[in-house]
Amino acid sequence: MAASQMSVWELLSPYPPGWGGMLLTGALSTVAISACAYAIGLAIGLAGALGKLSGNRALVFGLNAYTAIIRAVPELILIVGLYYAGTDGLNRLLTAVSLPTIEINGFVAAVSVLGFVQGAYMTEVLRGAVLAIPSGQMDAARAFGFSPFLAFRRVTLPALLPNALPGMANLWMSITKDSALVAVVGYQELALATRLAGANTKQYFLFFLAAAFLYLAITLVSNLVFTALERRVRRGQPQLS
Amino acid sequence: MRFDWIAKYWPLLIDGAIQTVSLLAISVSVGFVLAIGLAFAQVSGGLISRNLSRAYCTFLRGTPLLIQLWLLYYGVGSLLPLVPGLRQSFLWPILREGFFFAAVSFTLNFAAYQAVILRGALLSVPKGELEAGRAVGMSPFTLVRRIWLPRAIRIALPTIAGEVVLQLKSTPLAFTVTVMDLYAVAYKVRQDTLLVYEPLIVVTLFYVSLTAVIARSFKFVEAQVPIRR
Repeated sequence: MAASQMSVWELLSPYPPGWGGMLLTGALSTVAISACAYAIGLAIGLAGALGKLSGNRALVFGLNAYTAIIRAVPELILIVGLYYAGTDGLNRLLTAVSLPTIEINGFVAAVSVLGFVQGAYMTEVLRGAVLAIPSGQMDAARAFGFSPFLAFRRVTLPALLPNALPGMANLWMSITKDSALVAVVGYQELALATRLAGANTKQYFLFFLAAAFLYLAITLVSNLVFTALERRVRRGQPQLS
Repeated sequence: MRFDWIAKYWPLLIDGAIQTVSLLAISVSVGFVLAIGLAFAQVSGGLISRNLSRAYCTFLRGTPLLIQLWLLYYGVGSLLPLVPGLRQSFLWPILREGFFFAAVSFTLNFAAYQAVILRGALLSVPKGELEAGRAVGMSPFTLVRRIWLPRAIRIALPTIAGEVVLQLKSTPLAFTVTVMDLYAVAYKVRQDTLLVYEPLIVVTLFYVSLTAVIARSFKFVEAQVPIRR
């Protein structure tokens, strides 16, 4: 077996026959999936939070059901279920309106499923953050005759970010790790790339350790970014502890 | 929607539920004991034990559980046969099972998350209570046993409840290492009967009701020991 004669550094080298390049591509696609899903989650979360706060009975009931169900069901089940239900449902819909069925790209499916799940958690984070804004600030904006959009952009958004950022940082950390779950439905990101590298060389331990450190690096770098962001949105506020 | 398959598969479903619940019970109970050690190492340990414990928590909280599970199952699992004599020992039938690796990795992961929570709770026990304990001459161990730990656990209880629910929701990962847990049974039903959604719905109902049971029982325990604010 050729692989057993290769040293650790040869195995991890970014150029074939090393597998490092594959791991790095996998890490990049993990970051890409996480970032796109996070953006979708942010959009759903913002709409969901504003919907929950709008007070419209039917809307609030629907959104409560969405967040309660998504947050009570294991992520793996959601991802597998939504992956099949999503592609299957879309194709049935297309057949119903007599359009040809389409093959859904793995990336699109993974991102939309993760984003849909992320949206439920984000709704709760943002809702809590909006509720923590002193109501006098909104009253002041209305008294000045701000349009709802302007009031959102100038008052709600800047006042909400300091409250929401710690929760948003947690969600980013959890989505980078949850993105490993799409390996189970066969989309190639870091976790699956690692399993392939391990299967080909029989060096499972080495490659999973390497992948763990890549994930750790992603987490630690994101930590730095979020600390800096939080300092930025908290500028002018009294220091916490 | 067809649910007649339940009549044929219910023994499997019950076995799967038992596997899921035992994975949860093992990882939460053993993980909690480990977490107590890790948290005290961070709060009152020396420089070395403090940093070791912190590095452990950062590593396990910074990497996906799936990778940790596969690292143990495929990585350590492929190294174990190289240990001389292990293959012939009485431990081998246990060490060969996916269940063993799933239980170990869930336990280690739960311990890391729990340790960070307990550390915060230990630090938020009012200093006066610890000083009172010392003033009446409690030994450090008695102080921990009678005051510090019980108070910290009570403070952390609502967070622990959330953490146990999160742990329940990560147990289906065990199916990727050949454990026949509840999710794996749903997967098998799907392969046998070609029904996609019905098994998932049944399994989901189980997880949701178990979540409700966990939340209720923690509420009950919390009500037994009211906290003064």
